[in-house]
Amino acid sequence: MSEPTSPLAGAKYEGFAGVVAMGLQGMISLRGDLGAEALGKAVKAVTGVDVPAPRRIAMKGETGAAWMSPDELLLLVPYADVATALERLHEMLAGTHFLAVDVSDARAMFSVDGQGVREIVAKLMPVDMRRQAFGEGDFRRTRMAQIPAALWMPQPDRVQIICFRSVAEYAFNLLKGAAAPGGEVGHLS
Amino acid sequence: MSTRLATGGRLIDRATTMEFTLNGKRLQGRAGDTLASALLANDQLMVGRSFKYHRPRGIVASGAEEPNALFNMGEGARFEPNQRATTTELFDGLTCRSQNHWPSLEFDVGAINSRLARFLPAGFYYKMFIHPRPFWKHVYEPFIRQSAGLGQAPKDRDADSYEHFHAFTDVLVIGGGVAGLQAARAAGAAGATVLLIEQTAHWGGRAPVDGGTVDGQPVDKFVDETLAALREMPNVTLRNRLMGAGVYDHGYVLGYERVNDHQPGAPGPRHRLWRIRAGQVITATGAIERPLSFAGNDIPGVMLASAIRDYAVDYGVSVGDRTVVVTNNDDAYRTAITLKTLGLEVPVILDARATGGGALADEARSLGIRVEAGKGIAKVRGGRRVTGVAICSQAGEGAVLEEIACDAVAMSGGWSPVVHLWSHCGGKLLWDEAHAMFRPDVDKAPTGANGEAFVIAAGAANGALHLRDTLADAQAAGHAAAARLGHEVKESAPPLGEAAPEVRLQPIWMMPQGAKTVLRMKSWLDFQNDVKVSDVQLAAREGFESVEHAKRYTTLGMATDQGKLSNINGLAILSDALNQPIPQTGTTTFRPPYTPISMAAIAGEARGETFQPIRKTVLHEWHEANGAYFEPVGAWRRPYTFRKGDETIEEAVAREITRTRESLGLLDASTLGKIIVKGPDAGRFLDMLYTNMMSTLKPGRCRYGLMCSENGFLIDDGVVARLDDETFLCHTTTGGAESIHGHMEDWLQCEWWDWQVYTANVTEQYAQIAVVGPKARALLQKLTGDDISAEALSFMGWKDITLDGVPVRAYRISFSGELSYEIAIPASYGRAIWDKLLSEGAAFNATPYGTEALHVMRAEKGLIMIGDETDGTVIPQDLNMEWAISKKKEDYLGKRAQARSHMADPERWKLVGLETLDGAVLPDGAYAVAQGRNANGQRKVQGRVTSSYHSPTLGRGIAMGLVHKGPERMGEVLEFPRVDGTVMKAKIVDQVFYDKDGEKQNV
Repeated sequence: MSEPTSPLAGAKYEGFAGVVAMGLQGMISLRGDLGAEALGKAVKAVTGVDVPAPRRIAMKGETGAAWMSPDELLLLVPYADVATALERLHEMLAGTHFLAVDVSDARAMFSVDGQGVREIVAKLMPVDMRRQAFGEGDFRRTRMAQIPAALWMPQPDRVQIICFRSVAEYAFNLLKGAAAPGGEVGHLS
Repeated sequence: MSTRLATGGRLIDRATTMEFTLNGKRLQGRAGDTLASALLANDQLMVGRSFKYHRPRGIVASGAEEPNALFNMGEGARFEPNQRATTTELFDGLTCRSQNHWPSLEFDVGAINSRLARFLPAGFYYKMFIHPRPFWKHVYEPFIRQSAGLGQAPKDRDADSYEHFHAFTDVLVIGGGVAGLQAARAAGAAGATVLLIEQTAHWGGRAPVDGGTVDGQPVDKFVDETLAALREMPNVTLRNRLMGAGVYDHGYVLGYERVNDHQPGAPGPRHRLWRIRAGQVITATGAIERPLSFAGNDIPGVMLASAIRDYAVDYGVSVGDRTVVVTNNDDAYRTAITLKTLGLEVPVILDARATGGGALADEARSLGIRVEAGKGIAKVRGGRRVTGVAICSQAGEGAVLEEIACDAVAMSGGWSPVVHLWSHCGGKLLWDEAHAMFRPDVDKAPTGANGEAFVIAAGAANGALHLRDTLADAQAAGHAAAARLGHEVKESAPPLGEAAPEVRLQPIWMMPQGAKTVLRMKSWLDFQNDVKVSDVQLAAREGFESVEHAKRYTTLGMATDQGKLSNINGLAILSDALNQPIPQTGTTTFRPPYTPISMAAIAGEARGETFQPIRKTVLHEWHEANGAYFEPVGAWRRPYTFRKGDETIEEAVAREITRTRESLGLLDASTLGKIIVKGPDAGRFLDMLYTNMMSTLKPGRCRYGLMCSENGFLIDDGVVARLDDETFLCHTTTGGAESIHGHMEDWLQCEWWDWQVYTANVTEQYAQIAVVGPKARALLQKLTGDDISAEALSFMGWKDITLDGVPVRAYRISFSGELSYEIAIPASYGRAIWDKLLSEGAAFNATPYGTEALHVMRAEKGLIMIGDETDGTVIPQDLNMEWAISKKKEDYLGKRAQARSHMADPERWKLVGLETLDGAVLPDGAYAVAQGRNANGQRKVQGRVTSSYHSPTLGRGIAMGLVHKGPERMGEVLEFPRVDGTVMKAKIVDQVFYDKDGEKQNV
């Protein structure tokens, strides 16, 4: 039986912050009426969280939901649980207009850890990374240099970044460059 | 001579010596020096040659406005031309070479141009080199290129790294002089977040040099205290070596940080480009002193009065032992007083004003300095450096009254506020008659998205030149910025700046007032581009009356300093020549950046391995390790072919095709676009997008479809699979995945917003592997227990199966004409399944093939390719694809366009096969000629080749092409001239060259 592999499995870099290519993460793209009661219940059932407000992410343990657009959420569940979660969504949302698809294998995910993570993001993405503007629970869909990316901070001094799988190597190299020793800006703490 | 004084130099550390070289000559400076101050300390007054006349050029200024002191800096991978000595911090080991001279700085052949100056007036090049026409390209330009040019182009790859940084702030203060410091403090105290940036390594600007007191203390004390206060404020950030380069719409500002220019090779980036979003921008950018226009004002040793003062006070460097000061204002007296206090000689102060100066003039006189009112310089004596001045009456024509020996001249024509950043985004200026300067018109500030002003000029940059006014204006600016952002401002008295009162300057645009031609021809306006008073006057006489035209005709202000010294003087001369007031002439346009910024900083991280994102499939690594010869397809890299051993590319392609047709081939088709379309209206939606009917497709089945733009032209094609009643999966071309998804969303969001359809681009979710050839089914059967027999999974059907334990979807579709399955595998399992297919397929001689084999096989089958058979002007009817256009549908995108007369014209070129008579391969894109010539005298054409390959299956060249009425002309022979003059002949045939009845794929 064939086994799955994650993008850049195990790739790591230590600069003034640490960059790690994370393993496989279950992700479901869910489109629908985010204000509908049925959708709210289904999201809660699958992730344990309420539908997040615009530009926010709600996490509960290993599951959560991120706001992607006025009619789209990204649901996070363990990779092995995607099929079950999709089944559950289809059951609970049957009869309503929605779209739920597995996008776990279409993405790469990185974590950046350390004091300077806010500056690393600010070098590559046009996001206001000041503490008062971006904190735990915030979520952005934006660009990272020349590719689309999304990010949030699951805890202080840690950023998680999602991009498309085909550009995982480019993304890793970007983060490496931005985290290179001596590149501390000293502007965002 | 210029030398280091025994004492003084507030910015240097005399204890720390720094070695550097100029043109290979070893020199010494001190820590804290700029390259300019270090050169002057070594009596290196002459720094280069001018652009056109190759006249000796010395340092004129002490800051960003310097036009002459540009150097080739560094070596090898850290070489960079046109580096300004006045803004280059000296470091140990610095190497530089002077520019624009041949063979040497001291002896220059091009200096002959100076003797020929009267034959090289403004517009000379335009007038001279236009005839005869061919001479420009072959004679004039190569010659001029050789003799022109400043620095050399770097040859090596840059050793350093560069980056961008996105910053956000309420208030951005540009300029760390006393005005910037005070404005930042005022805005910060009101509660605004403040970012204060300063282009140099020092705070306080030039105020400490100019003297005066603030609240009774010396200025430098005020600077220190304000800095300390700002550093205590948590909402204020200070950054130096960070220049405000440009102000753009919506409070967007570019900052240019020279992180490591002063310590090359240190860890970290060399430059950092700050991309700042600010609520309010305060430009506290100071002012720049203007030169005076007298004969010989370009001779090394003639400098701005303020610069001479700066070098003495900041760096402890005297430019000359005997300095003549020439001025039209009070401020320049400060230079004389400073020099005299340091024990240097000031033989005379020439004040062009008949009435002379005020309090500062009295102070100078009391120090024993001779002051001459109403006098000016007729002519500066000297060649490579000043030896003396000839004095004249300012009111006269230049008759020499007296000769005075000196080795430096300090000139001041008044001050111009630095209004560049104010002006970048549309801030307007007004002419201040009293100070003879343009300053910001506060009622016409740059406005943001809400129509409100977002830039405030402060201090000297706002025309508040006197220390008292500067500080009060800066405080008001800081408060205004904070108030505009909704902060509550508590009014308080600004710090009290006190300095000597100054009497009014007198605008002096030419010295003497009645200077004759011979003097005007030696009175420089633009030092770098060699533009003189006489040139601007000539331009006016020749009709270049608009300041923008005069600029381009004379090249005034077009050098790397962008006319920071020359513009105001130049347009004053122009106004005078046109006999109109200065504001009527106006200024040229101020454009970012303020001073040149490095190209590498603009590129940021986009170089080397992060130059651009390369998309890679999950099989990319395998491809790389197995001889793949890649080609770019969109941002992807796809294997064109896999070479084995010594094979040529052609041999590899032929092998891949033959083995696939004989037995089994494997293709990485992961890059194909895959878009899920779901909802109650999905069928109706796809019926509109595709030319054929999709809503009738049964779940479990696939259908090939064509997509057109609303103009009727083909934009994409692919196989659509119906997954269930409400869900379709649309395959697109590789290049079309993102654009077709966007096209779908565009129609759904903007036109059919009430249709219940959702889409999702799942292209990267799946690795897609095509298993192709007579043994395809046999291979898959080894890896699955599911029934994939011809009956259970027939041609144009799909089925979810388990392959080696992995749930996958098998589409039985064929782009090669063989028995073929495309297997969609969750991408994370893609590599494992590929490896399995290869190992299990070894028994069938499984052969991975690339895009070229794919192309040849589809061409053998006569199948079209978007981008080959289509080019944005081709409609499905041109390709004889009426079968894929539904007659039953009321509408689809492109239907009405295709009914228009030109689209329905029977004369259109249509798709046919082309078979060369001798079996050779037609050049791709070749035209078939017809009889006669068109209106342009070109040979008429009747068709062109759209795809052409050597077919290893048929052993000869095959091609498709669009030919005038092609399908009606089967068997006719067309002529295709080649670039070498020979002609190829090809017969019009059916486009399907291989297995026309489809027996091979339908087994």
